[in-house]
Amino acid sequence: MSQTPTTDAIPTGRREDEIQVYDLHKSFGEREVLKGISLTVHQGEVVCVIGPSGSGKSTLLRCVNLLEVPTSGRVFIMNEEITDLDADVDAIRSQMGMVFQQFNLFPHLTVLENCTIGQTVVKKIDKAQAENIAQGYLEQVGLGDRGSAYPAQLSGGQQQRVAIARALSMDVEMVLFDEPTSALDPELVGDVLGVMRALAQEGMTMMVVTHEMAFAREVADRVIFMDDGVIVEEGHPDLVIGNPQHERTRAFLQRVLDPTHVPAEPEADDEPAEHEAEPRRRSRLF
Amino acid sequence: MSTPTAAPTRRRMSPRRRARTVRLVQYAVLLAVIVWLIVTMDARQVQSVFLRPDLVGETLLGIPQHLLNTLIYTAGAFVVGLVLGTVLALMRLSQVAPYRWLAGIYIEFFRGVPAIIVLLAFGLLPVAFPGLRFPLDPYGTVWAALGMVSGAYMAETIRAGIQAVPKGQVEAARSLGMPVSTSMRRIVLPQAFRIITPPLTNELILLTKDSSLVYVLGLTTAAFELTKFGRDLSNSNGNLTPLVVAGFCYLLITLPLTFLVRWMESKQKKAR
Repeated sequence: MSQTPTTDAIPTGRREDEIQVYDLHKSFGEREVLKGISLTVHQGEVVCVIGPSGSGKSTLLRCVNLLEVPTSGRVFIMNEEITDLDADVDAIRSQMGMVFQQFNLFPHLTVLENCTIGQTVVKKIDKAQAENIAQGYLEQVGLGDRGSAYPAQLSGGQQQRVAIARALSMDVEMVLFDEPTSALDPELVGDVLGVMRALAQEGMTMMVVTHEMAFAREVADRVIFMDDGVIVEEGHPDLVIGNPQHERTRAFLQRVLDPTHVPAEPEADDEPAEHEAEPRRRSRLF
Repeated sequence: MSTPTAAPTRRRMSPRRRARTVRLVQYAVLLAVIVWLIVTMDARQVQSVFLRPDLVGETLLGIPQHLLNTLIYTAGAFVVGLVLGTVLALMRLSQVAPYRWLAGIYIEFFRGVPAIIVLLAFGLLPVAFPGLRFPLDPYGTVWAALGMVSGAYMAETIRAGIQAVPKGQVEAARSLGMPVSTSMRRIVLPQAFRIITPPLTNELILLTKDSSLVYVLGLTTAAFELTKFGRDLSNSNGNLTPLVVAGFCYLLITLPLTFLVRWMESKQKKAR
């Protein structure tokens, strides 16, 4: 289970450290998106990662469960190194849920099947028991009666709640959220955030990339502000969001919290791109 | 206030009038051709060449067996093509470059070469390699040859279907802990095949007609498919009726498939 790390920089392996990231670098071609990120997420902790588009926060999250392979650096999940070439990545991933911006529900499967396929295929749980577990989580997200529906028949907010139930159905230790409300109509955001808030209160370990400052401030135990591939500032939400120390954090929060605000010195086209850097490449996953 | 002046008289027709005239001329031409056909055509002569009743009856007697042969050739080749096409499509998407090249070369070769040459080559293989025999001869030979050709076409369709499945689907599957192969089998391929069912059905239609090429293999009478059967009967009677009947039998297979494709496409359009 626990591997004894060799480098000095890689400490202890205390049980309560669920995610440990050491000096993570990620480049897409010439462009370095992550420039040395180190962080730790403890058991039961809710960490929100905020920052401008293109700052590398989604890439960071995707590196944590190895959907992107880091250029260098190490990532430990529950004291197992997922970046190790010999690691059983699938086994580690099955303990770690991921919720995507675009939901990514399986459209050819019903809501219930979406929540059971991981259990039956990966964990080899028998179908009846898997359905039992899935049904429980669907009820938890308020969709216990929609098990036989197909994703296309649901609203965006419902789909995202199913996606959360799908992640939870694997009985995960932690859940990664990649901008879970960014693709939702404004009136549907509240339902999803409500589910996430309840999950946080239950003590689930969560790492959330988000633009929802109010949610981060209310729910997060710690907020990490990223800009241009580095962690600029991190700490209690009241500090990072309420009383930011760095000029870059202040400028970002001002833009987010007061979009009509015109900065004194106009910056060069404030929003670079909607999506984080993901150059078209041959998909690594095939 | 001015009194309405008469529109200036124009020599040229307005566009709408011109369009109407053109349309009338088109109808007139069509009518003329039909009248000419009716007047000049010797209906009895035509019928005796294309649809002689006694020959229709004689042909129909042999149809079931040879229609079945056509179906067997087609279905077998389709299955071989489907499996081969899937393998080739996965090779095309492989991370290992030589696999991509090999699949690319195969696809370009078999799409560029006439199917009849492939069939001829397969027919000659046992001659070139004494002792070589295809299982279930001649069916095995036909399935292999036509399957190899249609596999090349299907590979490109299947590849397109796989690529049409959003990348997020694989990521979601992988993040649940599914290995690459499982997420391909359980998540990507089911969606890909749903997307490409219409073009694959078209491929099946083409294959049905291509099965007529197997006559070049020099088969026994029992193994004749529709075309060869109709052609032989036509030759021996000096009459086209058996070929016409055989031709209609193809429509019996292909027309329902065509409507099926159209129905699936309209359904897909609605689902989007």
